[in-house]
Amino acid sequence: MAATKASKEQKYDRQLRLWGDHGQESLESAHVCLINATATGTEILKNLVLPGIGAFTIVDGHTVSGEDVGNNFFLSNNSIGKNRAQAATELLQELNSDVSGNFVEESPNKLLDNNPEFFNRFTIVIGVQLPESTCLRLDSVLWSASVPFLVCKSYGLIGYMRLVVQEHSVIESHPDNALEDLRLNQPFAELKNHIQSYDLDSMDKKDHSHTPWIIIVAKHLERWLSEHNLQPPKNYKEKEAFRQFIREGIRKKENGVPEDEENFEEAIKNVNTALNPTKIPSTVEDLFNSEECNDVTSQTPSFWVMLRAVKEFALNEGNGSLPVRGTIPDMIADSQKFINLQNVYREKAMQDAAAVSKHVECLLQSIGKVGYSTYIANRRCRCLGKNSSFLRVVRCRSLAEEYSVDTVNKDEITSSMDNPDSEMVFYLMLRSVDRFYQQHSRYPGVYNYQVEDDISKLKLCVNSLLQEYSLNVNIKDDYIHEFCRYGAAEPHTVAAFLGGSAAQEAIKIISHQFVPFNNTFIYNAMSQTSATLQL
Amino acid sequence: MNLLLCSLFREKKRRRVVELTEKMVVDGGSGRTCEWDGRWNHIKKFLERSGPFTHPDFEPSTESLQFMLETCKILVIGAGGLGCELLKDLALSGFRNIHVVDMDTIDVSNLNRQFLFRPTDVGRPKANVAADFVNNRIPGCCVVPHFKKIQDIDETFYRQFHIIVCGLDSIVARRWMNGMLLSLLVFEDGVLDPSSIIPLIDGGTEGFKGNARVILPGMTACIDCTLELYPPQINFPMCTIASMPRLPEHCIEYVRMLLWPKETPFGDGVVLDGDDPEHIQWVYQRSLERAADFNITGVTYRLTQGVVKRIIPAVASTNAVIAGKSAYIPLNNYMVFNDVDGLYTYTFEAERKENCSACSQVPLDLHFSPSSKLQEMLDHLTESASLQMKSPALTATVEGKNKTLYLQSVASIEQRTRPNLSKTLKELGLSDGQELAVADATTPQTMLFRLCFTS
Repeated sequence: MAATKASKEQKYDRQLRLWGDHGQESLESAHVCLINATATGTEILKNLVLPGIGAFTIVDGHTVSGEDVGNNFFLSNNSIGKNRAQAATELLQELNSDVSGNFVEESPNKLLDNNPEFFNRFTIVIGVQLPESTCLRLDSVLWSASVPFLVCKSYGLIGYMRLVVQEHSVIESHPDNALEDLRLNQPFAELKNHIQSYDLDSMDKKDHSHTPWIIIVAKHLERWLSEHNLQPPKNYKEKEAFRQFIREGIRKKENGVPEDEENFEEAIKNVNTALNPTKIPSTVEDLFNSEECNDVTSQTPSFWVMLRAVKEFALNEGNGSLPVRGTIPDMIADSQKFINLQNVYREKAMQDAAAVSKHVECLLQSIGKVGYSTYIANRRCRCLGKNSSFLRVVRCRSLAEEYSVDTVNKDEITSSMDNPDSEMVFYLMLRSVDRFYQQHSRYPGVYNYQVEDDISKLKLCVNSLLQEYSLNVNIKDDYIHEFCRYGAAEPHTVAAFLGGSAAQEAIKIISHQFVPFNNTFIYNAMSQTSATLQL
Repeated sequence: MNLLLCSLFREKKRRRVVELTEKMVVDGGSGRTCEWDGRWNHIKKFLERSGPFTHPDFEPSTESLQFMLETCKILVIGAGGLGCELLKDLALSGFRNIHVVDMDTIDVSNLNRQFLFRPTDVGRPKANVAADFVNNRIPGCCVVPHFKKIQDIDETFYRQFHIIVCGLDSIVARRWMNGMLLSLLVFEDGVLDPSSIIPLIDGGTEGFKGNARVILPGMTACIDCTLELYPPQINFPMCTIASMPRLPEHCIEYVRMLLWPKETPFGDGVVLDGDDPEHIQWVYQRSLERAADFNITGVTYRLTQGVVKRIIPAVASTNAVIAGKSAYIPLNNYMVFNDVDGLYTYTFEAERKENCSACSQVPLDLHFSPSSKLQEMLDHLTESASLQMKSPALTATVEGKNKTLYLQSVASIEQRTRPNLSKTLKELGLSDGQELAVADATTPQTMLFRLCFTS
């Protein structure tokens, strides 16, 4: 057992550095359902099996054709005629013995007819190359069961992804460029005391040039405030003056030439960062104002209980601010000064997290979940405190809402189509092509002889779509022609791109780390461009 | 740019088809058929049908598939995260004549994304295992492996390819490849012969980010033109490491750079091997001790390994995305991808740098005063953002004789020429306007500079 754990750590080392052991655990507890083992489907699944999801189940009623083998790495020509779910499961399974692979030789429509609850067991369902009607049926079932649904299509040189999830919360969003949480505009007591303990003027040369820039800025800010009516530097002119003020703090040699004090240069460089006001981001404010946060009951999911606890903290101990994050960037300083300063922030963060934890306890008590002390463990509260500025909730509405004439997002569609070559045109073409399939039980232009005739037929579908939704947009004939040209082909490179993109979104859903897209992603392989639309 | 690409292909195709036909006349032809009905249906729709967005020069024909299957020769550099994906993508797109170069062997930590390898393959050469897997899985595909460093193969090898796709993990290697393709360019009366251009497609990934770009050597921006786009490597200052650590990383670097050479824990001359768990364990323990001395927390085994090996986090999905982009030639030549928050892509045209050290064909000027020391010139070559050389070797013609000014890579020559570093350019006998030849790992060809004395 220990041997397998160690070898797993080695094998997954490169990804553990991205989502940690707890992220990996959530992956290993996940059971993913793939509907249709086409090239796109198997590419998505490959990128989930390799990082070690717990299990997968492929649902596919098709038999393998020669064409299928031609673009799919996980089908071989001696599986032609066999059921596609079974054939693909074999070759995907052998990628990673940690994963358990299953298959169901049935079309999703049949399953929905006979056993609609079949899909409720999955962590996420990924439907590939499915016609609109099947997507809508799945949408209805999965929405009621609160199972996230990811719809993917590779159609010619266009890739399409649609995420359907009622409510997806993210504590660890890992933002790329987070602002530091230094609290210099409103230093908490312990930070104030620590700053107070420094007397720049009386320090010896070595100490002076190895004092962390945070202290330097804090000291100069104190003086500035007393000389400027307690108003911090606000505009460019004032900030420049503040920088100059700090520069004047650099010690000079006997001949008047300034010493080489890199820590002061750092302070000057970081003035903007230092002067960032401490405030609750609007994304978090919105969450604080939402119903789920304010109306906590015994049915409330743990995320909202935690969020409410953070709100309570902000209203009380936090004095209008979120828990202190507790990290500071590296900076030129001697070890002791840096560590001491870092500890001031760290200890405050722990204090704040403990306060949040207390609020969590109270809330749990008030809704009768007293026995659930491990329900929201302390460790999670520390994680919560550290990430409180980055909390996110993503809601991707149902397909039913997207497709209904009453709730279609007309604005998004028409404003995007102000540019008739925007990626939105591909969304409309995919919808039109689905319409064609419904009418003619095939996709346009599959055979060479069909291409030309199908152009006018497809155009009728386009027009009926635009009419049904009262969309006053113009779709160039070129796109209609292009979609007939595609003949519903699924080139491997587009499948591979979508395979990588979709798998990562699925991992985000499973691990609750990093922020998923909302809610439609279109990839144009012709120009190597993409767009995210909210439909 | 696409215009040239197409005519390039046409020209190469024409020449190669002629060669092939001649060969067949001699051999009597050989047929290795492993086709089945419908195999290439998905691809044929693009090769055999015209469309409103194809290039004006594109002619749909049944010959294109034949060209891809039989004639087109592609080189994939690297059989790692990107390489595995690229081999699969190319093979399933109809390319059969593929060569792959990789000097590495398989490690356990590769298995989370380099899907052509299995636990039983650990220790075997990546190129060989990758080629075997693809050839077995995709009937008719003929991937030829080369278990070698790219620098150990000469230009006659590289010249035979229609396209070269890179999935490398080092900037030095990219620049070398870039330089190699530039050296293959043929100029007639100062005009570039387009048939000597071999397009280079280069991709790179790191965690959830990646980029892919197309380079037409001699025509579009090359690797060196955009050197400043690459993030600088994180190297902590020595004084921080030696006497003022603040982060756990500083403690680990201290053990790696100072303690290990001093204590030689596994024997004299035994170099720290990031892949040896015993070595890492030793570094980890000593790093903990170092950290304890300064009240620094956060040293873990994982962090230790990450710092020692300069590990870059990696997942299958990002590699799949970038390889997917790379296998399809786009209009604009530089694309970036980031899926940390939703999905973000951005495409732009990287511009050529007028005075690019690799592709501008004009010897670069070096401005130094005659009383500058040689060390200063060396520092400039390594530290300047546009040159970023690794360990340049300088030679010059002094008094009619070829003189090595400084060379690091051969110990005896390094020792002999080390005193030159503290001599002035004047003392070394260099004169204003003279040519200096610089060799470095970042380029297969010697670079010429012109020395310009400042007063």
